[in-house]
Amino acid sequence: MKLNKSTTDALLVSAYMKGNESALCELITRHKQRIYSFIYSKVFDRDVAEDIFQDTFIKVIKTLKRGAYNEEGKFLPWVMRIAHNLVIDHFRKNNRMPKFENNDDFNIFSVLSDNALNIEKRMIKGQVENDVRRLIEELPDDQKQVLVMRMYKDMSFKEISEQTGVSINTALGRMRYALINLRKVIDKHNIILTN
Amino acid sequence: MPKMYSETSRPERVNKNLVPKEETIKFLLDYSKALSVIDYNKLKFEALLN
Repeated sequence: MKLNKSTTDALLVSAYMKGNESALCELITRHKQRIYSFIYSKVFDRDVAEDIFQDTFIKVIKTLKRGAYNEEGKFLPWVMRIAHNLVIDHFRKNNRMPKFENNDDFNIFSVLSDNALNIEKRMIKGQVENDVRRLIEELPDDQKQVLVMRMYKDMSFKEISEQTGVSINTALGRMRYALINLRKVIDKHNIILTN
Repeated sequence: MPKMYSETSRPERVNKNLVPKEETIKFLLDYSKALSVIDYNKLKFEALLN
């Protein structure tokens, strides 16, 4: 059978079901614009419309190949119904997992911030912490001991005084000198310890 | 006071000449050629033969 633009949808469908692949090409060419515009008018996204259009015709192809289609002269309304149902499925799926669309007026990232450090900042943080550790190593033992207990072990001055056998005031004094000495070394060598 | 609900209009109007991409059409035609439905004892099996 020769297919052309005047061949009815019903004949094309029947030819396709009998194995004529070019009939499908004609059917798609004939109706692609109406179906695609319909989908796009609902979803307003070219990529999503493309996906739904593709899924629609996959269903059409499967149904026709299985011989499960009853031709009643309503090919286009039938395809539109499939497309419509897939659009509904798309919105149902999106409601379960809402997708935010940015536009010119509002960008979601202006209110949503990610406080996690990026890889560069994480590396710098690691380096700064290493530098501080090395500086602490240079402190006199008594000062270093108090500083480590206070800052790294999170002990109170009372606990530090009990553990080291000195008074709280001495522990406080050692902490103070530890910080003063650290600042001195940092200033002297122009060490930058910020992220 | 009643809440005012308003929605900004879509920046782009639906263009009646919108058509799917060529790749999509090509995919569908290739898919159709590759798909075969096998009848076996009243059961239908789909097979994609590439």
